[in-house]
Order: sequence, then structure tokens, then C-alpha cells
Amino acid sequence: MEETVQQYTSVFAKPKNLRRRKIVNSTMLFLCVVAAIISILPLFYIFFYTTKSGISSLNWDFFTQMPKPVGEAGGGMANGIIGTLILVSLGSVIGIPVGVMAGIYVTEYSGGLFSNLVKFVTDVLSGVPSIIIGIFAYGVIVIPMQGFSTIAGSFALGILMVPTITRITEEMLKLVPQSLREASLALGVSRWKTTLQIVLRTASGGIITGILLAIARAAGETAPLLFTAFGNRFWSTDLNQPIASLPVQIFNYAISPFEDWHNQAWAGALVLILLVFVVNLIVRIVTRDKFANKV
Amino acid sequence: MEEEKLNIISLPVEDDKEIIPEMEVIEAEQGGREFEVETKNLSVSFNGRPAISDINLSVRKQTATAIIGPSGCGKSTFLRALNFMHDMIPKSKVTGEIIINKHSISEYDTVDLRKKVGMVFQKPNPFPKMSIFENVVSGLKMNGNKDKKNLNEVAENCLKHAGLWEEVKDRLKEPAVSLSGGQQQRLCIARTIAVSPEIILMDEPTSALDPISTQKIEELIFNLKKEFTILVVTHNMQQAARVSDHTAFFYMGKLVEYSRTRRMFTNPKEKLTEEYITGKFG
Repeated sequence: MEETVQQYTSVFAKPKNLRRRKIVNSTMLFLCVVAAIISILPLFYIFFYTTKSGISSLNWDFFTQMPKPVGEAGGGMANGIIGTLILVSLGSVIGIPVGVMAGIYVTEYSGGLFSNLVKFVTDVLSGVPSIIIGIFAYGVIVIPMQGFSTIAGSFALGILMVPTITRITEEMLKLVPQSLREASLALGVSRWKTTLQIVLRTASGGIITGILLAIARAAGETAPLLFTAFGNRFWSTDLNQPIASLPVQIFNYAISPFEDWHNQAWAGALVLILLVFVVNLIVRIVTRDKFANKV
Repeated sequence: MEEEKLNIISLPVEDDKEIIPEMEVIEAEQGGREFEVETKNLSVSFNGRPAISDINLSVRKQTATAIIGPSGCGKSTFLRALNFMHDMIPKSKVTGEIIINKHSISEYDTVDLRKKVGMVFQKPNPFPKMSIFENVVSGLKMNGNKDKKNLNEVAENCLKHAGLWEEVKDRLKEPAVSLSGGQQQRLCIARTIAVSPEIILMDEPTSALDPISTQKIEELIFNLKKEFTILVVTHNMQQAARVSDHTAFFYMGKLVEYSRTRRMFTNPKEKLTEEYITGKFG
């Protein structure tokens, strides 16, 4: 009896090491705040520095003009901007359906061994350096077609998008409660309609985020394009010909010895960031949840 | 309650011995309705472990049957078997025969069967990305009904049926998840009856609801059995007594007793049933 009373009162007594605990507490909290700041700093820095260095070369001509020959002032990256848009769009046409459908199959239909195999392989694939993906596309498309092409570049970007989209689709579909699937099936709705109209629709927000991440990553990739789409200083939208792209153009301009090319590379980087941002924004607006603000 | 008790006790004694003669009494009482759901030696096992075994149970058209029993006794398993819901679970095995509307369910296509046999679940599960209206007509819409006028009629009808119309008629376009839990469950019932089933299975439909919502659902079940055959799993003995015509008591995967609800709660045949009903275990 006495013991319990003592325990009881000890809760209110001042612990001996209170001072030390308070110090540890505030130190750890401080470190966490610092870490949080460090994690957002690079983005702000990149955005600030790119804007500062690139804004001076950014004008209407940059969007509408072709690159000028060495030594001539002015010119733009119209071909690179269009090239990146074409490459990323075609890459999405390959990557999004494959990724989403693979994710659906893995979560909704297959169980066990094959599903685990797919998960493992997509995880490994997402860790494969993008330049290796480029070499792969070189092997299966560029060599048989005997030349660099838009198709090869898009293929490489598409492959790059697949693992991200597959994994995110899978994760998002897993979050859809089983009870919704059952509710739909119990209404006499077939399995595929349930998957499409209930499960996919419920998970759409997260899947779209995943797709946007994949697109943003693909848009900024240089390595897989180096020996697939190759780059092109001239205007081309031919799918069988090499095509310009912003990242490759930025890379070429940045390693050149000319000051005005450096500035243009900065402008290109800024445009690339803005491009990804705008695509993000448009997709978000188009696919926004009509109930988002009502619940 | 006293009156009822006397009434039951005055029934012929031989009635208590067998389920079949008992059914005859009910038949007389309910105008000789046909059997809507029958199971013969129905067994379900998961991973080789039996969940229910050899269930023989016959339910008449337009009656409400309560299924009671302690947790894990196989009530839900039984209910879900009637709707092919075990299809979704790998390594589940269903044996025996289920006869719905005089046809063995092996004669039905799974999807068609589920249109006849609707189900309401324990937790209200409206489709989150759909409005109230869309939820009610979702079954019809997903099966290809695009007739706007017809859908509007069905929605109004079903919501009235589910006793929800007055509460939601001005907010049909709002998301279903903005409704309260009890309203959501009535919405789910409206959604179920929208595809015009003959049988409605309810798996503890009120266990996640407050007493007032529960009362509304119970009243609803009482009204719905005029048109539908209802099987309701419940943990709440009073609820079984209030809403059902017949009660089946499951224990450890077996059907222990099946008889008229009034008799079950006043004069059960089996000792086990009596002990469960009086709260000695479970």
C-alpha cells in the first residue's frame, strides 16, 4: 500500500534529471528544424539562381527562334522546347498506359509470386541509372532503325516512366478500401467495370500525382536522350529523325566556351522548370476533384 | 412480451422437435410463401480450415431472417457465400448447394446473381468520389443505363424507400461522404434496392451507428421485407427480436437452431441457444 502511494506521488515530484531532459529535447528539436530547412533550401536556391541567371536571356525570341550559328547573337530554343514536348508526350503515351495497367494487374488481379516479381523488378528498374535505359533504347531501337530518332528518345523516356507509375498506381490502389470493391460487385457490376469506375476513380488523385512526378522526371532527363534522340540544331518534328530537346541543348550550351550560350543555357533551364510547372498546373486543374473543397 | 410468451407456450409441443414441422406452421402463418433462399450442406473453408460446415437453411420470400451468434461463428461467411463474395478471396472453397429462387446458383452468372442478391455492409461504404445521386444510381449507370429521366425516377423512388429523400432532396449533387453515418447507411440501402434485387443481405448494418440511426434502419428493414427477402446478421439480440420473423443461431461454424424469432427468444430448444441469448457467453 505504501509503495503505491509513493509511486503515485512520484509522478508529481520533480525528476532529478529534468534539466538534462529539457536540454536534450530542445537540441533534438533544433536539429529537426535545421534538417527541414536544409531539405527545402536546394529547391529555393535552384529556382532563385536559375531565374537570376536565365531571366536576362529570356525573351519572346527564345521561344520562337531557332538557335543561331556560333558567333551570332540572339536566337532561341524553339526546336528544343517543341522537341521536349514531343518526346515527353510520346514517352507518356508509352509509359502511362503500361505503368497504370501493370499497377492494376499487380494489385487487383494477380496474387502471390508473379505480383511480387513485378514489384521487385519495377523497384530495381527505378534504380537503374537513366543512361543505362538510354543504352537499352539504343540497342533495341536505334541500331535496328540505323539512326537516332524521336521514337528512340520517346521509348527511352517511356521506359523510364514505367516503374514510377507502376509503383504509385499499385500503392494508391492498395489504399482503396476493399469494402468499396465489394459494394460495387454486390450491385451486380462486373469486375472490370468495378476496377475502372470505382477503384481507379477513387485512387485517381494519387495516381495522377505519380504520373506527374514521372513526367517531370522524364522532361528533365538528359542521359537517356544522348544516344537516342541525340539532339538537333535544326527544326524537325520527324519521328524518324533526331530531335532537339531542352535538357540536351542545355547540356551542350553549358559546356560550350561562349558566354552568351551559357546565358541561353540558364534560360533553357528556367523554361524547363516552368514547363514542368505549367504541365503540373494544367493537369491538376483539368483533373481536379469536384468535391475537393466540399468535404 | 408476457402475452407473446403465453402464446408461444400454447403451441403444440411436437412443433418444438423438428424444424420442418415448425416451417409448416410458419407456412400457414405467412400464406404459404415459396422458399427464396435454400442452402444444402453448405460449407465454406479458408486455407483448408472450415469456417462453416453443413448449413441447411431455408428462407421464405419476403420475410426477414436474423442470423445471430458470437464473433467468429461464421455468420458473415454464410451471408457472403450467398453472394459469391468469397470469389474475391484466394484459397477459399465453397461446397454444398445454394438454391435461389428454385435455381441452384451454379446456374447463374456471378454478376447476374449479384443483381438479384444485394448486400449492405457493416460500415457504410458510399462511393467517395460520387454525389448522393450518383451513388444511388451507380449500379444502374455502371451497367449501362443512361436514361436520365429513368435514373432520376429511380433515385427519387429508392431514396424515398430508404427514408432518406426528405433529408437529401435539396442536396443530391453533394458528395455522399458529407452525409452522417446513419444517412450514409440508408444511402447504401437505397443504392442496393436501386438495382431491384429480390434478396437483400445485411451484414451487421447498424453496428457502426448511433441508437437513433439504428432505429431508423430497423424500421426500414421492417418495411423493406414487404417487398424483399432480407437476411440480416446482427450482434444485437434485441435487434434480431425486433426486426426478424425467423432467427438462426450459429455457433462454431454450425447452425445450432433455426426457428421463429418469437420462439427462439422465449423458448429456445437448445441449451446453447438459451445460454447465448441470456448472455452466459458470447
